Amino acid sequence: MTTGATVLSLRGATKRFGGLVAVNDMDFDVTEHEVLGLIGPNGSGKSTTLNLISGALKPTEGTISLRGTPISHLSAADIARRGIARTFQLVRLLPSMTVLENVRAGAVFGHRRRWGAEADAHALRMLSLVGLDRRANAHVGELTYIDTKRVELARVLASEPKVLLLDEWLAGLNPTELEEGIALIKRLRDEGRTIILVEHVMDAIRSLCDRCVVMSTGTKIAEGTPEQVLSDPEVIRAYLGDDDA
Amino acid sequence: MSLTKRDWQSITLSAVLLAVAACLPLTGDAYMLSIGITIAMYAVLATSWALFSGPTHYISLATAAFFGLGTYTTAIGIENGLNYWVTLPIAAILGAVLAALVGLATLRLSGVYFVIFTLGLAELVRQVVTWGQNVSGQKGLYVLTDITEVHIYWQLLVLAGIVYLTGWAIGRSRLGFALRIIGDDEEVARHSGINTSRAKILLFMVSGATAAVVGSMLAPRYIYIEPALAFTPMLSFLVVIMALLGGTGRLWGPLVGVIPFTLLWEAISASFPNQTTLLLGLSFLVIVYLLPRGFVGLIESSKRKLREREAFA
Repeated sequence: MTTGATVLSLRGATKRFGGLVAVNDMDFDVTEHEVLGLIGPNGSGKSTTLNLISGALKPTEGTISLRGTPISHLSAADIARRGIARTFQLVRLLPSMTVLENVRAGAVFGHRRRWGAEADAHALRMLSLVGLDRRANAHVGELTYIDTKRVELARVLASEPKVLLLDEWLAGLNPTELEEGIALIKRLRDEGRTIILVEHVMDAIRSLCDRCVVMSTGTKIAEGTPEQVLSDPEVIRAYLGDDDA
Repeated sequence: MSLTKRDWQSITLSAVLLAVAACLPLTGDAYMLSIGITIAMYAVLATSWALFSGPTHYISLATAAFFGLGTYTTAIGIENGLNYWVTLPIAAILGAVLAALVGLATLRLSGVYFVIFTLGLAELVRQVVTWGQNVSGQKGLYVLTDITEVHIYWQLLVLAGIVYLTGWAIGRSRLGFALRIIGDDEEVARHSGINTSRAKILLFMVSGATAAVVGSMLAPRYIYIEPALAFTPMLSFLVVIMALLGGTGRLWGPLVGVIPFTLLWEAISASFPNQTTLLLGLSFLVIVYLLPRGFVGLIESSKRKLREREAFA
């Protein structure tokens, strides 16, 4: 799957918080229609890397480019408009609005901007894509946990992003929900979307990712197919410590 | 953009109510007219305040700064030979510019920082004007026009109509939707592609320009203006309290708070002129504790209860 054109690339992306280097000199590319897993132990800088890409944080050094155009100096809003959309590690919905209105937010202000009946129709299509069209008029407070995650995903999809960033989208789901969740992302993958996945669930990584980038203490320690990186001694050491390697 | 039958109903109803309100001077009662002006003034101020603060939850205490700016614009304009009607648009532009400057400086901040800054701004402008007058040796300004109370009242009603139309149009627009998203979760708004600073500044400008025009319209009523009158912080607090009492979730919400509060305030000021601040504080506590979403919230939750009861019956 590395034959496609490069959509997103990080070159020397670094983020320092005072003396702490959260992300250190990250280099990787994401090609079109690829699902890239960003994995690593807790605190290894995965979410920070995602925050750098989405514009929630500005890199201290290095550049991030979307189809060759640097975006790391842009605001989160501009980056979203150029076609990078994200979900949040802790689900963020718009509490005063209905499910449909939540999704409409993505349709109205995202990469492709719609309005009025067109936006509503598009939002409904996205809701049926995640299997939630029958709850369109429900209030978000009435939803189960996985349904809130579905709404967030639908909102992100509604903006028709070029790159989709999923920050631990499968975390906190029970085994049944997890199966549904993996099936849902697989469907997105089969549609040919470009996705970066920060994930801890190994089953999901094996079945969803074309390629993985492994991080440990802010640095990339391995890159390759899930089988390659998960059998890499250095990766095992990062996850389990020296004794088990 | 097409209008539904309900839209036409609300527009017609609002127009009829405005027309009825416009007949008040026909009663010939000077006291009624004077209360009518006060109500119309606070209705415009509170509604335009809520246009910005309602969806974003940014509490602005700068109303007095814009109001005073408008008052002084008209006073200085007339003193320098400008026609009264020319000073209104000038005040609107100055109000919008001041709001844009404040917005650029502060709207990146949120919560209590914004509240304190706006309060400080009103005080700063007042001190600057006072200083300017001390330097020039003037104490205040006379605003001498042939504009009567009835004219002021009608002007305010027209402005109210414009504010309601503007608010209604914004509510249906992308900008209105963006502000609701910002009010719910600014982080989501940014990551959905909304330029949050621009949206907030635009609305703050609408609000500021309106308050400045209200100040302009009220200038002829005062005849003699000085900073302590035009920039009184009490005005900012009253506007916030009235808007919150009515509820900011609906366009008509603030009006529902303005009418009873103005009448109450008249009674308080007449009977207990020395305890007004105390009573203002008490009413603020009552609103915050008992009516956190104002009359609008009260009406809507009782409506919902009624529906639920019907559903069970």
